[in-house]
Amino acid sequence: MNNSYLKIEESNDELFIIFYGKFDLYLVSTYQKQIDSIKRQNLKTVNLDLSNLDFLDTAGAIFLNTLQNDLLSQSKKVKIISENKIILDTLELTQHTKNINLDTFKTENFMGKIGKNFILNYKSFLSFIEFFGLIFVAFLKYIFFPKTIRFREIFFEINESAIKAFFIISITSFLIGLVVAYQSAYQLKLYGANIFVVDMLGISILRELSPLITAIVIAGRSGSAYTAQIGAMKITQELDAMKTMGFDPFAFLVLPRIIALMIMMPILIFLSDMMAILGGMIIANVDLAITTELFLNRFNEVIDIKHFYIGIIKGPFFAFLIASIGIYRGLKVKDDTQSIGFNTTKSVVESIFAVIICDAVFSIALTNLGI
Amino acid sequence: MMGVVIEAKNIKTVFGDKVVHNGLNFKINEGEIFGLLGPSGCGKTTLLREIVMLQEIHSGSIDVLGMDVAKISHKNAQNLRQQWGVLFQAGALFSSLSIAQNIALPLYEYTDLSKKMIDEIVKFKIDIVGLKLSDANLFPSEISGGMKKKAGLARALAMDPKLLFLDEPTSGLDPISARDFDSLILKLKELLGLTIIMVSHDLKSIYDTLDRAAIIDDKKIVYEGALDNIASIDNKFIQTFFGESYE
Repeated sequence: MNNSYLKIEESNDELFIIFYGKFDLYLVSTYQKQIDSIKRQNLKTVNLDLSNLDFLDTAGAIFLNTLQNDLLSQSKKVKIISENKIILDTLELTQHTKNINLDTFKTENFMGKIGKNFILNYKSFLSFIEFFGLIFVAFLKYIFFPKTIRFREIFFEINESAIKAFFIISITSFLIGLVVAYQSAYQLKLYGANIFVVDMLGISILRELSPLITAIVIAGRSGSAYTAQIGAMKITQELDAMKTMGFDPFAFLVLPRIIALMIMMPILIFLSDMMAILGGMIIANVDLAITTELFLNRFNEVIDIKHFYIGIIKGPFFAFLIASIGIYRGLKVKDDTQSIGFNTTKSVVESIFAVIICDAVFSIALTNLGI
Repeated sequence: MMGVVIEAKNIKTVFGDKVVHNGLNFKINEGEIFGLLGPSGCGKTTLLREIVMLQEIHSGSIDVLGMDVAKISHKNAQNLRQQWGVLFQAGALFSSLSIAQNIALPLYEYTDLSKKMIDEIVKFKIDIVGLKLSDANLFPSEISGGMKKKAGLARALAMDPKLLFLDEPTSGLDPISARDFDSLILKLKELLGLTIIMVSHDLKSIYDTLDRAAIIDDKKIVYEGALDNIASIDNKFIQTFFGESYE
């Protein structure tokens, strides 16, 4: 059945390339090889004979056009022999698109890419600063017009993003307390320094572990939820609808979430403190033979109240970072579904990172202040 | 009687380095149904978003009810927003609220009406757009696309606005619902004296409802006025869109 082939005839300085049957996508590379193998130096005229061709697809036509341009640029004469109107039309059509300037398809060079990336990052940095500005302005409005505070939304969010997290935070903290105590018990026993487990647990949990654990759980649980909720509202144009009705999304959606989390974070950290210490106390009792009474007496003696306050004070800062990054990412969602996933991931990663940076800053500042 | 409610002068819109509108001028009179038409990608929806202050214009000015939206103060903007209603393409109902709550929301926020009164108003709006009262407590996720549009319209009408913006009100509706929607819009215009601005692709609905239209093509307004003589305008889009299909 396959009677498509290429015939090449040479006479003096003239070349005839005769196409038979059909010329489509699947034949391009075969023909290319055949034609490339012809020595071209001495040729003056090339005749592309299409009169025996019954069918030419656009790939074939593009190939013929490229070949023609190639030959013309080598200053050879090219003749196309065909009377089939459809084939000539196909050739003309592909010729036409070839003449369109392909500026938009230009590949960028290395410096261009760096520049573009830089501008992109710079712009997203600016938009983040703008976001903080908008939060600040909305906050001032709350302060000067207390009537506009959305108490209902704040309480709703307190329940949704904090109270419903009580259980998971309790369990996680309890286990962390358990594990830390268990690991240190083994080391402390070697030196007979059993009682120091209280010092260790008290300071590490109250000061560092509880705030961090709470922040990480909340970032993964509530921060990501903020991004997804607000992102979905953006896609369904709910945010636009609010704006046209004159409801400021910052007053309705953003601030209630931030305020709710800032109020609840210290309480969650307190809960986490209790549960982690409880876990440690159980291990001290079982593994190191420190009775509950002894544990609590020692705790009272050696653990300064400042450690507890430092841990609690971090709460609102962490909460602000988690909530604002979560919401910012939600507002960045574009009109496609992939964008929600992308921004949710980013929101969790960025907020945990921001929390750890913030914690490091606290650590350095407080140590230098001698607290 | 026929005052100008919206006047656009020399609007220029630019996205990145792509110019979408280059010097648009048009006027919308009180009490008419005005269409923004044009081929896809010509920036009809963008123009609508600019009028309702969701998007900033690059240069030029838009006066809505006598206020320039580019230089409007916050207070005037809030005032203006209570005088218009916007129906988005997919309704854009608040997904955490039921239909009735969606409609009641602006009333609760902006008025001190009693709950009983608001309930009455909500009932009336649900009825006037052709929804069943039994649907009032359903959530947006539980209703069909056509119902979402009707509920969105009811919400847009909640504050008895002077202006109503519709973004492709009949797209995605079956032909029967689409015609119902058209007659609903005409009825509302008659009953409430609304000025309606709509973006549409639906030829039937364009002929049935519009008083006047502006046609955007190639960054400019190529035609503004009544549709009666439109087929005689020499423009490629107008010819393909209105030319042969004109009954």
